[in-house]
Amino acid sequence: MAGSGEPSATRNAYGAALLELGRDHAEVVALDADLSVSTQSAKFGAEFPDRFFNVGAAEANMMSIACGLAATGKRPYCSTFAIFATGRAYDQVRLGIAHNELPVRIAASHGGVSLGEDGASHQMIEDIALMRAMPRMQVIVPADYNQAYRVTLDSYTDDAPQYLRFGRPATPVVYDEVPAEIGDGADVLREGSDVSLIACGHMVWRALEAADRLQSEDGVSAEVVNVCVIKPIDSQTVLDSIAKTGVAVTAEEHRIVGGLSDAVRQVAAERHPVPIFAVGMGDEFGVSGTGEACMEHFGLTARGIADRAREALLLKPIVSHPPLHRPDWI
Amino acid sequence: MPSTLDPESAPGIAELGLWATVLRTDCVRMLAVAKSGHLDSSLSAADIVAALFYRVLRHDPKDPSWADRDRFVLSKGHAAPILYAALARHGYFPLADLMGLRKIGEHLQGHPDMGRTPGVEVSTGSLGQGLSMSLGVALAMDLDGREDQRVYCLMSDGDCQEGQSWEAATAACHFADRGGRRLTAIVDYNHLQTDGTTEQVMDIGDMRGKFAAFGWDSVEIDGHDMAAIVDALEATRGADRPAAIVCQTRKGRGVASMEGRFGFHGKPPTPEQAVEALEELEAKLASQMAELQLTRRGEEH
Repeated sequence: MAGSGEPSATRNAYGAALLELGRDHAEVVALDADLSVSTQSAKFGAEFPDRFFNVGAAEANMMSIACGLAATGKRPYCSTFAIFATGRAYDQVRLGIAHNELPVRIAASHGGVSLGEDGASHQMIEDIALMRAMPRMQVIVPADYNQAYRVTLDSYTDDAPQYLRFGRPATPVVYDEVPAEIGDGADVLREGSDVSLIACGHMVWRALEAADRLQSEDGVSAEVVNVCVIKPIDSQTVLDSIAKTGVAVTAEEHRIVGGLSDAVRQVAAERHPVPIFAVGMGDEFGVSGTGEACMEHFGLTARGIADRAREALLLKPIVSHPPLHRPDWI
Repeated sequence: MPSTLDPESAPGIAELGLWATVLRTDCVRMLAVAKSGHLDSSLSAADIVAALFYRVLRHDPKDPSWADRDRFVLSKGHAAPILYAALARHGYFPLADLMGLRKIGEHLQGHPDMGRTPGVEVSTGSLGQGLSMSLGVALAMDLDGREDQRVYCLMSDGDCQEGQSWEAATAACHFADRGGRRLTAIVDYNHLQTDGTTEQVMDIGDMRGKFAAFGWDSVEIDGHDMAAIVDALEATRGADRPAAIVCQTRKGRGVASMEGRFGFHGKPPTPEQAVEALEELEAKLASQMAELQLTRRGEEH
């Protein structure tokens, strides 16, 4: 299992792990819609041409074909850009895959604005919301190459429909090697006591950097939680963290509606209400620019997270309260 | 042993016609009790479904997951009652279940649900998806190295207004030698949809020509001529390309007050309409029974 120490795109991990799955399991098939080089499914296609179906630019068709394959005993992996996987093919995913509870993996690459130059038409910023709302669909957003590799490998053993979100740009690693397991889906990557920084995907390494800044510039101790499985969310890990710190900032490369922020807020609102500020996309579409320029433009940066944390910390003495929720009370 | 595999015991044309009438009466009863559903869309497909389930499909009601079975996909999922009638008559579930159609807590959903109803191969109901799903099944059959196993997809004219059906039509030919050749698409072209005739709402024109232009073997028949239906269905087995059978049909077929008339889509019959329809269908059934006995007696001598 080839982990990476260097920055690498999560989509690359998908391509490599899919190939490994193909070698180990004859019933794994892969489908793509004319983006197989970008999504990295082409590696699988080169080695297993009989088990690879490139359907051309027809994403709706791809999802329904995957439904038929899965209903006949195969384990299909469908890759395309996040915008087409969710926006264009929503009804096909909904009826054919989620409703039928078929073991289809939707591997959506180029999520968020970090894909850069292609601009608003391609920058999918509401896919997590769409897929979270869909009954029976799991939503998984790995933080780096190594976690993406584990997520892809482990997807084989789960029978539930899964939406896997990968990104285009090379991303610094936050896991030194391919983790042994995903566990319940949320990891505390750095312990802290003043504020929780709860992030997913490309925002996790930025949250770690924000924690460094807060420590060095403000003397604030920030805890960093990587939520890889957004649905079903590991509410215990989230509650433990916000109960300890009393205030949180979520960070995602996605609309602040319906995504990680809302998932965390729902858990908190019912079990332990604290101020939770969100870093993400507002009521706006993406723009063209380099991936990093787009992230800067929308404040999806370590600095953006640190600034929100400072705002949140101002509120903490006013509205925070002793923990309502403590693990030992349950 | 699946009954439909044995050519000696396969029902003849007259008997298939009788079964189609039986399925029609089941549909009227179901809809009258459910007070909801698509009766006329089920009736137009009754002859096609009878030909499939009583003669053409290789299936085994005692073993719904038999790996060698042919598959039937009802892309026009709103015609679920006709599928449920065929499944119940074959013993996939008790006939009494038909009276639970569209009722809370019962397994017969408004549109077919593979997770709830034995014999339903894949859930449908959102038009345009069934042909793609069927193609996926066909591709899997090739991957499994199965011989002479087919997928029959029953579509509506509304299905063919959905763009996805033509994505599937393109892909089925592209993947013909990887499984696409196993597909038989049957279009129940009854020319009536929710808002009017297909010609008024969105004219799809020459359906046979369209499938042919997409590279399919394509024929057009009278979808109420049982001999023509059986011939066309049996001719597609072993084809090297996907095959389309465009069936010219009449919505509400078999019930005079509905047949070919606009305004019944998605509307259940009133109790009076149901009684009238059942009387008409039972009279038909009696004459078909008599004809069948005469035929059999003739064969004996």
